[in-house]
Amino acid sequence: MDPRLAELRALIARHKWNDHLFARLGLVCTMIAVLMLFAAILDLFLDGYQRLDGTFLTSYPSRHPERAGILSSWVGSAVVMLVTMVSAVPLGVGAAIYLEEYADKNWLTNLIELNVTNLAGVPSIIYGLLALGLFVHMLGLGETILSAGLALALMILPMIIVATRESLRAVPVHIREAAYALGATRWRMISDHLLPYSMGGIMTGVIIGMARAIGETTPLITIGALTFIAFLPPPPITAEPPFLSVDWLMSPFTVLPIQMFNWISRPESAFHVNAAAAGVVLMIMTLLMNGFAIYLRYQIRKKIKW
Amino acid sequence: MVTDQMATNLARLNVPPSVATSQEMTGTLKAEAQNLNFYYGGFHALKNTNLPVYERKVTALIGPSGCGKSTFLRCFNRMHDLYPGNRYEGRIMLYPDQINLLDPTVDPIEVRMRISMVFQKPNPFPKSIYENVAYGLRVRGEHNRGRIAKNVEQALRSAALWDEVKDRLDEPAFNLSGGQQQRVCIARALATDPEILLFDEPTSALDPIATASIEQLISDLKERVTILIVTHNLQQAVRVSDYTAYMYLGELIEFGLTNNLFIKPEKKQTEDYLTGRFG
Amino acid sequence: MSPIDAVHSAPIADTVVTPRFKRRLFRHVKERVIESILLLLALVAVATTVAIVAILVHESAGFFEEVSLREFLTGTVWSPLFENPRYGVLPLVSGTVTVAGIALAVALPLGTITAIYLSEFAPHWVRETVKPILELLEAVPGVVFGYFALLLLTPLLQDTLLPGLPGFNMLAPALVIGVMIVPYVASVSEDAMRAVPMSMREGSYAMGATRLQTAVRVVTPAATSGIVAAYVLAASRAVGETMVVAIAAGLQPNFTFNPMEQAATITAYIVQVSQGDLPHGSLGYQSIFAVGLTLALMTLGFNIAGHWLRKRFREVY
Repeated sequence: MDPRLAELRALIARHKWNDHLFARLGLVCTMIAVLMLFAAILDLFLDGYQRLDGTFLTSYPSRHPERAGILSSWVGSAVVMLVTMVSAVPLGVGAAIYLEEYADKNWLTNLIELNVTNLAGVPSIIYGLLALGLFVHMLGLGETILSAGLALALMILPMIIVATRESLRAVPVHIREAAYALGATRWRMISDHLLPYSMGGIMTGVIIGMARAIGETTPLITIGALTFIAFLPPPPITAEPPFLSVDWLMSPFTVLPIQMFNWISRPESAFHVNAAAAGVVLMIMTLLMNGFAIYLRYQIRKKIKW
Repeated sequence: MVTDQMATNLARLNVPPSVATSQEMTGTLKAEAQNLNFYYGGFHALKNTNLPVYERKVTALIGPSGCGKSTFLRCFNRMHDLYPGNRYEGRIMLYPDQINLLDPTVDPIEVRMRISMVFQKPNPFPKSIYENVAYGLRVRGEHNRGRIAKNVEQALRSAALWDEVKDRLDEPAFNLSGGQQQRVCIARALATDPEILLFDEPTSALDPIATASIEQLISDLKERVTILIVTHNLQQAVRVSDYTAYMYLGELIEFGLTNNLFIKPEKKQTEDYLTGRFG
Repeated sequence: MSPIDAVHSAPIADTVVTPRFKRRLFRHVKERVIESILLLLALVAVATTVAIVAILVHESAGFFEEVSLREFLTGTVWSPLFENPRYGVLPLVSGTVTVAGIALAVALPLGTITAIYLSEFAPHWVRETVKPILELLEAVPGVVFGYFALLLLTPLLQDTLLPGLPGFNMLAPALVIGVMIVPYVASVSEDAMRAVPMSMREGSYAMGATRLQTAVRVVTPAATSGIVAAYVLAASRAVGETMVVAIAAGLQPNFTFNPMEQAATITAYIVQVSQGDLPHGSLGYQSIFAVGLTLALMTLGFNIAGHWLRKRFREVY
């Protein structure tokens, strides 16, 4: 055989060996992240499963670890999420519609887009400081469910804007043109066509944003979420006229991740078991929401063929 | 003998009648496709194709789009191996080594090191002009700076680009015009001294002036290297090639000396295509 | 009002207001109102930024009236809540830098290799399985990882490699944060790599390059601007991550770069103060805004550096 060819083959064999090694290395590196996720979940579950029962979900926190539960914190999480969703979704979707469908290319649009991009990278604790200074003190909303919901809403706003813009952009031009050709105004075109067609994508973004918000502790600690709350916020429906009450918005609160943080910070290991159990509940909620979002996106990808 | 039909063909294709003299098919074989079949998953893209490729000649593959000419070309350096679900049957023999390029034991990387390719759209790397041309050498583990510099200069000279870029070798290749970018890609392919150079419609993304310079380059290069070129431009095939193969629906319909094939095709199908009665 | 509307409706409007005109006018006004509302909603993003800057600067201003900038920037003791308060931010910065440095030393190589592997090497089904899992990892609450760092990783390190490791230390949370931000690095870098056109890869393969050579010499340089964006995002996450350090690193400000010691980061200090009950307007209250401003300036610095780097490496295919 030609010696140059032999040399070439030896070189290729070496290169392919490097390829092979890197493929192994890549798999290992990828698995490290995946394994830590599973290890964290498994660790929580093994530590906390013994506390997971009906009474854990229906009891208030207590000085006695075996009697403590997460009633006030999961209810708190739920109502804070409600406030977050009701404020972040219209804000985010509206802003995205403006940027995608109305905005001209000018300095104002550029400024808004720059701000959305930058806000996405702002650490969550900065949102906490903003909420503490603005909502709690300047606007006088206090350390309440309302302040907490608004803080988280601002935090997930960039995520919702980006997701909505992406799904609006995915609607092809000919759909828009078809609506305009029938004499629709811009808003009719958006509300009759764009929004329904991109609803799946928007929902995916909203759910992922909410999943992020539900596990977020930082901005709520700074606005003074309490860790020991042995009551529920007042109900939204009352016996006397006008039968509806917004007092619950102004109620002090705690949420699941803060309850968990509090229990971790205790020196007694019995409370660590409670923390793990609360963590399991929190993880189940986050995983369900994310799993649903992933499923939704998969469905959209499978179904929609423009 | 120039018949009426032949005269019409010549006129359509601007072939000067002096070129249209018959030649013998001669030369050394560099490669040969033998009963080649190719499948994209379930789709039978190439059917029993046979094609000789003569050393230091230009062989053109022509045919309507979708006829399999690019697919055929990409078999020669095993580009199809990059994607799953592709399958070859038959052989492409490389001479004088008598290796079957498609044999599973033959490494596609070795095939590609010996048989270079230039693509439809210029695809320089996001690197300097110099590094683009040196890429093949670096991939081969060449570290000697002097040798790299020498090969880069030679390749750029062969690609008729040296005088235009010798003072700006460190600039990104993206800064060049489309025609210059394509010549960088040709220089990149030449720098490693390939045995066969494959061109996949190399001028389809270029303007007429750049096209003319690339065609001139191809004619010059055949002194040194065996060339196989896919083109959808019949005039281009006439201008640059010695041999032409006409393909249709994955079959190789006719192969011959370019002049013979264009002036007096043997098959009715070829004649229909060349005279525009196709379709 | 558009010119066409004006031409058609003006003469009629002069004489008699027809119902048709009223409808058209109503429709027009409605469109403008909707557009204005949507613009207002979009401006909330700008308002948020303005509010962040205003709040941080306003509250910090109060702080810097009492504490000199010199003491703040050069002091090596941070004890605002003690009898004799000292306001040197360096201990918090050293904690933040140590934790973020170790986290990035873990996350950048791991994330980049993961991205190259997923984009260039992994079979389709591996990519389709791993990407959603990485996304889940992004969503795991910080408290959960804090629990993991404090109650699993630290004891594990004590039992195996580092018997002298204290229960609170910077190493365990930093390692956990490092793995936590791998998905950010990997997914943004991978998107950038996948955006590199196939023709460029084919050019490399056609020269006889292997996958690894193509990935390292062609795809990665072509995706540089996206990879830089991923690194900037990761750096912001690493300095801004709060709960993991607040739980597992201890809350003692400690001017040290030794990861085996306990220390507080900027974020952990803010958490510690917030848990207590400091009166609004006190120096302790203002101090969290001053350190928050420091943190915001750090992330701003990363973003400016990233912007500059991206501009340098921007590729046009």
